[in-house]
Amino acid sequence: MNSRPAGSARDYSIMNPSVATAPRYDADARRFVLRQALSDVLPVQCLLTGAEETTPFECDGLSAFRQVPFAVALPETEAQVRDVLRACHDLKIPVVARGAGTGLSGGAMPHADGLVLSLAKLNRILELDPVACTARVEPGVRNLAVSEAAAPHGLYYAPDPSSQIACSIGGNVAENSGGVHCLKYGLTVHNVLGLRGYTIDGEAVTLGGAALDAPGLDLLALAIGSEGLLLVVTEVTLKLIPKPKIAQVVMASFDDVVKAGDAVAAIVAAGIIPAGLEMMDRKATAAVEPFVRAGYDLNAEAILLAESDGTLEEVADEIAEIERVLRAAGSTQCIVSQSEAERLKFWSGRKNAFPAAGRISPDYYCMDGTIPRKHLGRMLRAIEEMEKKYTLRCMNVFHAGDGNLHPLILFDAHEPGEWERADRFGADILELCVALGGTITGEHGVGVEKLGSMCVQFAPAEREAFFAIKRAFDADGLLNPGKAIPTLARCAEYGRMHVHAGALPFADLPRF
Amino acid sequence: MEAHLADAIKDTADGRDAEAILRTCVHCGFCNATCPTYQLTGDELDGPRGRIYQIKRVLEGEAPSTATQLHLDRCLTCRNCETTCPSGVKYGRLLDIGRAAIAERVPRSTTQNLQRGFLRYALTRRWLFAPAVRIGRALRGVLPPSLRGKLAPARDAGRWPRASHANDAAPKRVLLLRGCVQPALMPSIDAATARVLDACGYAAIVAPDSGCCGALDFHLDAQAAAAARARRNIDAWLAQLDAGAEAIVINASGCSAMVKDYAHLLRDDPLYRDKAQRVVAATRDLAEFLPKPLQALAAQPRAPLPETLHRVAFHPPCTLQHAQKITGAVEGILSAFGAELAPFAEAHLCCGSAGTYSILQPEFSQRLRERKLENLQRANPAMILSANVGCLGQLEPAAQVPVRHWIEWIDTVLQLGR
Repeated sequence: MNSRPAGSARDYSIMNPSVATAPRYDADARRFVLRQALSDVLPVQCLLTGAEETTPFECDGLSAFRQVPFAVALPETEAQVRDVLRACHDLKIPVVARGAGTGLSGGAMPHADGLVLSLAKLNRILELDPVACTARVEPGVRNLAVSEAAAPHGLYYAPDPSSQIACSIGGNVAENSGGVHCLKYGLTVHNVLGLRGYTIDGEAVTLGGAALDAPGLDLLALAIGSEGLLLVVTEVTLKLIPKPKIAQVVMASFDDVVKAGDAVAAIVAAGIIPAGLEMMDRKATAAVEPFVRAGYDLNAEAILLAESDGTLEEVADEIAEIERVLRAAGSTQCIVSQSEAERLKFWSGRKNAFPAAGRISPDYYCMDGTIPRKHLGRMLRAIEEMEKKYTLRCMNVFHAGDGNLHPLILFDAHEPGEWERADRFGADILELCVALGGTITGEHGVGVEKLGSMCVQFAPAEREAFFAIKRAFDADGLLNPGKAIPTLARCAEYGRMHVHAGALPFADLPRF
Repeated sequence: MEAHLADAIKDTADGRDAEAILRTCVHCGFCNATCPTYQLTGDELDGPRGRIYQIKRVLEGEAPSTATQLHLDRCLTCRNCETTCPSGVKYGRLLDIGRAAIAERVPRSTTQNLQRGFLRYALTRRWLFAPAVRIGRALRGVLPPSLRGKLAPARDAGRWPRASHANDAAPKRVLLLRGCVQPALMPSIDAATARVLDACGYAAIVAPDSGCCGALDFHLDAQAAAAARARRNIDAWLAQLDAGAEAIVINASGCSAMVKDYAHLLRDDPLYRDKAQRVVAATRDLAEFLPKPLQALAAQPRAPLPETLHRVAFHPPCTLQHAQKITGAVEGILSAFGAELAPFAEAHLCCGSAGTYSILQPEFSQRLRERKLENLQRANPAMILSANVGCLGQLEPAAQVPVRHWIEWIDTVLQLGR
């Protein structure tokens, strides 16, 4: 693909043969041509090219995977987005779209010969219709900013990933983000009515609309969660819902993780769909408590947070029922929030769990898989065994209600070999997810992180079908190449490593 | 976050601090969400996470240019990011180290050096600054808009309480900061503070040999000059503390934040290390000191407040809410005296003053001021209150309602009752 030797650690061309058809310039010439082309369409402060200014874009929230990009574009208008895409399409330059850079699967990790297209400057709320309960926003608008703007009208936007203070709606659409409340209110795909965007050749696309359904194939659902492989979103119409009259949360302690896992299944089996149903193990509560002072029971092996929202009567009934089920399942202590401030305090620890891991470990690796709820206890036991196998600690934070796991593997990137062990540890967890009947990603996406695990989940014919969809939108494979779908070669390599599980060949190579 | 510092800095005190701070950062990006400059530009390089990356790169031995310097200069040091950060990254400290490292490696232009040198010299010398303010006010009508926008009309300071109070048989005394800009620009703040303290039974005294707290120097890459000011104040105050003064009470949150940092600033000075700790232990922002002494006064019956004083919006300075983590104290006092607090959006964001930032980064500063005033005034307050001279000077000239230090509001309310 370029002047680098074949097989170099950073050479993506094997994963994306179509990029190899790009014109071959040497790096300086390509940079020159690209800068010429983009400086025609972007103001000077919106184009970054030197390493000094592009290196801070080398990773997203998953900093173990890094790649300095060729250049970074920060368009200020939709027209500039279109023009940048056209220019890159003409020059066959790969484009990686980026929102707030909070993603945890390396989905926004740059391409060595490509452009990072940051949509963070497109951060206006274009229209908020309190009667239709919709908001039309640009992709760089922060998730929480939507709910803040809707609050005076008694409305909010339901999906609430832990990073909601910072993550952008564009990124939420790319990853089909969930959050604590998605158990009851759905993922991003259930809360987006329509979107506008551009394909790589600069063609405008409008999917969905103001109504609930659109004629023809449901391309909106296809676009949401497509991880920047199909199009670049420039406008999103969101569904807003009325804020419930009241919400209360029960915080329950358990002296055993398996009991806590079984309690989750018991709640759902009792016909209750809580607004949120989350689990944290002892290591997780110990990490966040010093920062948030949420009042977590630090002696409990696991705590559950179960929320109910609705009218006063509904909540009173449901909270009583949740408490009854939890106690029957062996909870040693149940505390019900008595005020909105207390409810938010109980949740604050859960919302800050990932970054707070930085307080007890220099680095952490956050996994994201799903399993049927009934296997939560079994999975926790297995993770305990893996901690011994890889001699690494793992703290567990689960969206337990929908069986979405977020084990946080703690490691120190400065210690040789620790990252590789963490990486294998994570892959083992995901393989067990698949074996238990679950999936390798609940809401963080595949990105670069889970390419190997995709080989475990999907057969060659299925993966080829994914590539066919990709080609239908982006024949040259320029949008976020090398992400989300592994090539046959990549899976063959992953399979070979499997034979020697635990003894990683070429441990110093980043694996994609 | 992984960091491999260059040999030249690795084993220094700054290097060890920087490495420890860098390793607490997990690159989650939450900080960008509450960073004022990131809200303005949407550019990773103008947010804390990107600045940490740029600093890391320099400390790892890569040569910086004016590009990195610009993005670090644009930081307001409001430390909003530290309040947001779940990992406890000490960004402010890392920025100080980064700015010092870049100052060594990237020379500033002559114009920049002259401007920064002039600010440090002129703002901290009252014999120069006070007459300049008077002349500026006299010529306000013909000043260029950029300067006019920084000068609000003078307001009468009123009388200080009679000095005799300080000579009572068993006087309760507290020290006020002598300060630099505030007495010239808004003498009413110190006078109101002295009157309110007097009403609480405290004599306010100013140590004659004390002066500017040193924050101006410190944030203009003159850390040694800041340390010299700290030593001078410490000497002046310790004498008074030994003579029975109860506390050093500071009514500008920018200055109280700085003074509380003296122990860190002088940690390697064997002669002053312990003295600095004593001073820090005795230092209180006015918002920390007054709630208790004011309790009795607040409990007295009082006629309803006039409309001009009733509904107020309190803008908490960054140096109060983020640097000192004092939240709710002023609001509590104001409510106790009958104020209706007007809630407003983005109370966590900086107003764009940030010391000399308003002069050195005028474009960003003005955009942040507009945003702050829009949020404040949308709440329809009769008056805007704050707790730092910088914020007051920034907001007052462009506001449509009066802007005052909260102690002036208390002073006025107490006088109504007389």
